[in-house]
Amino acid sequence: METTLTLNHFLAVSGALFAVGFAGVLLRRNIIVIFMCLELMLSAANLSLVAFSRFHIGADGAPNYDGQVLLFFIITVAAAEVAVGLAIIVALFRSRETTDVGAFTAMKN
Amino acid sequence: MNFLFYLFAATALAGGIGVVINRNPVSSAFAMIVSFLGLAALFIQLDAYLVGILQILVYAGAIMVLFLFIIMLLDVPSEERRRLTFGALAAAAAVAGGFLLLLGSVLRKHGAGRAILEPLDLPADAPSDVHRIGDLLFSTYWFPIQIVGVLLLVATVGVVVLSKRELR
Repeated sequence: METTLTLNHFLAVSGALFAVGFAGVLLRRNIIVIFMCLELMLSAANLSLVAFSRFHIGADGAPNYDGQVLLFFIITVAAAEVAVGLAIIVALFRSRETTDVGAFTAMKN
Repeated sequence: MNFLFYLFAATALAGGIGVVINRNPVSSAFAMIVSFLGLAALFIQLDAYLVGILQILVYAGAIMVLFLFIIMLLDVPSEERRRLTFGALAAAAAVAGGFLLLLGSVLRKHGAGRAILEPLDLPADAPSDVHRIGDLLFSTYWFPIQIVGVLLLVATVGVVVLSKRELR
């Protein structure tokens, strides 16, 4: 028997993707990969936004587009964040010659 | 329809796992692109065409190219195989597993999540989603979009400043 797709399906995928990204942030040592895992978590959250938007049907039969507008802003902010974050990583690499997070201990103690 | 959902969900998740387990950052970045393509397909399945295309254009197109550019500019080596400390592995498993358990219990408990995905029932002359989002952006959300414009300007200036001055 073929099951029908529900909101839960999409939220479960979104949550699983978020958990994968989170595990990556905790396990990896390379700062660039950690940053990529952060982006993964951000877009996992995007999936639940789109799902909620799609399942909130308004009076005119169309989805509620407010969620998709928020997603538009999230994508814009993510683009700005990546540009600044990577510039910071390049600056860190220039001073430490490594991208291993273990080497960045200037603020310890 | 269902088959496609499982296919694209598996693509997105496999890409995500690939990002975490690949030791070479370039392979991680390519796995990330696969993951974003799967996500974009899921968006399109949810009738969010504009957002799906934006996901591909901005994330897979612009952001990942920036990542690859920086990885190749810095010539980041593969992470050497290291013994995973038990603490890190246990913490990652506990946090991610705990989060998934919590999510599962919440999803099971609340009936709202059981809403079934039905095809949209729109009249033939209904405005497209691009039209609707554009309308919202420049009416209800006119102020946030100006703030986002300023944010992008600040980010651009910040990147120039960061890459000009030597940090010591």
